[in-house]
Amino acid sequence: MNVQGTVHKYGDHVDTDVIIPARYLNTPNAKEYAVHCMEDIDRDFVKRVRQGDIMVAGVNFGCGSSREHAPAAIKACGVSCVIAATFARIFYRNAINIGLAILECPAASAAIENGDQVAVDFDTGVITNLTKNKTYQAEPFPPFIKDMIEKGGLMASLKAGGGAV
Amino acid sequence: MGMTMTQKILAKHAGLDSVRAGQLIQAKLDLVLGNDITTPVAINEFEAAGFERVFDKSKIALVMDHFAPNKDIKAAAQCKQCRTFARRFDIDHYYDVGEMGIEHALLPEKGLVAPGEAVIGADSHTCTYGALGAFSTGVGSTDMGAAMAAGQTWFKAPSAIRVNLTGKLRPFVSGKDVILTLIGRIGVDGARYQSLEFAGPGVAELSIYDRLTISNMAIEAGAKNGIFPVDDVTRAYVEGRVNRPWTAFEADADAEYERTVDIDLGQVDCTVAYPHLPENAHSAREGKDIRIDQIVIGSCTNGQLPDLAAAAAILKGRHLARDVRGIVIPATMNVYREAMRQGFTDIFLDAGCIVSAPTCGPCLGGHMGILAAGERCVSTTNRNFVGRMGHVDSEVYLASPAVAAASGVAGHIAHPAELG
Repeated sequence: MNVQGTVHKYGDHVDTDVIIPARYLNTPNAKEYAVHCMEDIDRDFVKRVRQGDIMVAGVNFGCGSSREHAPAAIKACGVSCVIAATFARIFYRNAINIGLAILECPAASAAIENGDQVAVDFDTGVITNLTKNKTYQAEPFPPFIKDMIEKGGLMASLKAGGGAV
Repeated sequence: MGMTMTQKILAKHAGLDSVRAGQLIQAKLDLVLGNDITTPVAINEFEAAGFERVFDKSKIALVMDHFAPNKDIKAAAQCKQCRTFARRFDIDHYYDVGEMGIEHALLPEKGLVAPGEAVIGADSHTCTYGALGAFSTGVGSTDMGAAMAAGQTWFKAPSAIRVNLTGKLRPFVSGKDVILTLIGRIGVDGARYQSLEFAGPGVAELSIYDRLTISNMAIEAGAKNGIFPVDDVTRAYVEGRVNRPWTAFEADADAEYERTVDIDLGQVDCTVAYPHLPENAHSAREGKDIRIDQIVIGSCTNGQLPDLAAAAAILKGRHLARDVRGIVIPATMNVYREAMRQGFTDIFLDAGCIVSAPTCGPCLGGHMGILAAGERCVSTTNRNFVGRMGHVDSEVYLASPAVAAASGVAGHIAHPAELG
């Protein structure tokens, strides 16, 4: 499982209120969140983002509200992976549950810049910055988490007969 | 090595003699909670997975509080979806307009959470029930949907920070000031993935409502949960509310903590968290130059009767400053009724405030007090992120009910003692 895309870079403590403001949570339809994703801190993100792009951020990404709408909005925008120095715990769990790939890697978080081309190999946890010709090592997912993300999340994985709730 | 209070509760619910920090476990749940924003996503996941039954209709609570009373047509559709689901599965604890309240005030009030229980909720402030000596934590909608079917979920047993409380609160100082002080010291990710275990002689000095406010904002330090020991204060609160057997768990004397944070309650002053993170703690005495446009007194953090009493004590015989709007939101219908009985509602109305029906409303920028660009609000809520209460260029200052009320009268951030 590999992805490659252009990086959208953010700072520390990106909270779920800015990932998808509560004023748009009056629907359970993720496609409706996608058009407002990140707008309170990056108005043009949804215009720039392309299928497969990668989000890179600092510490405590996804802090605040437990809204699963946040990773769902990022995924619905076409983002293939979020790399951060650290993640807030509810976001981390939600991302895996809905099948959004995420990796913790402080070195990659510090060095990768906005607009860089980055490739991620989820089997090895190797993050390659193609623009700067550098690699960073993240802890790869254990097989059951990788399986869950590949199948599209917890429920899809349960339906396919994988893993216990 | 001994266990913390959190680890003991998790071990019990996992059917294990012990757990250690970092261990992955499957734990049975005593309650699964959702609200009108998170439950529709959970229902969609539940139905897409093909589940035909819930694990226990008496152990699921659905509370319509965030955008209720319905703020628009889409919000109405979300509540309707929750209502239909609740009726289909005959859910015992479904709370809608007329009997609802803000979930984290309502569930303790109704005795739906007891000491020693394990609770998940698709709302990050589910950690509130740690005040009662329960393990409770926020999750997302998919976890909620799966738990409604399975009655259990997986956890990583957390390591812990011991918060050693000593001393006694001074006048005007409350649980809100304690938690804002703590977050100011350890930061918004200072307890990430950990449990905050409150302990020490100062615990006995805190009312159950101070504790509910403190546990409520454990998530604002990144914590998985924030838990208090069970004592006479806890027992006095749950007696007459909880009508089932419950267990008081105690941390082992040799429990392992990654660190200890000492807080002398007598040194805590009225505290305000400035935009845009709850860790930006300042003394309420520093804010004379910060003019405000609105105060909000309410939310799952500070919408209980003693919170309204503290605000009423400040506002009695006083009026809001010109051009300051005051919005008071009792957290439950019971609090609403008691506020009327005890004369608080009249005090608020005389002071120029409105008194709303229970709702999360403005806290998350939903409705009932949205801010325009450039406006500032002193709010007893729990988050001051960019755009949290409205326009991206508005500002939220987090404070206690007493500080919010005093600031409303002064027209700027004010310490209650300044009113004289």
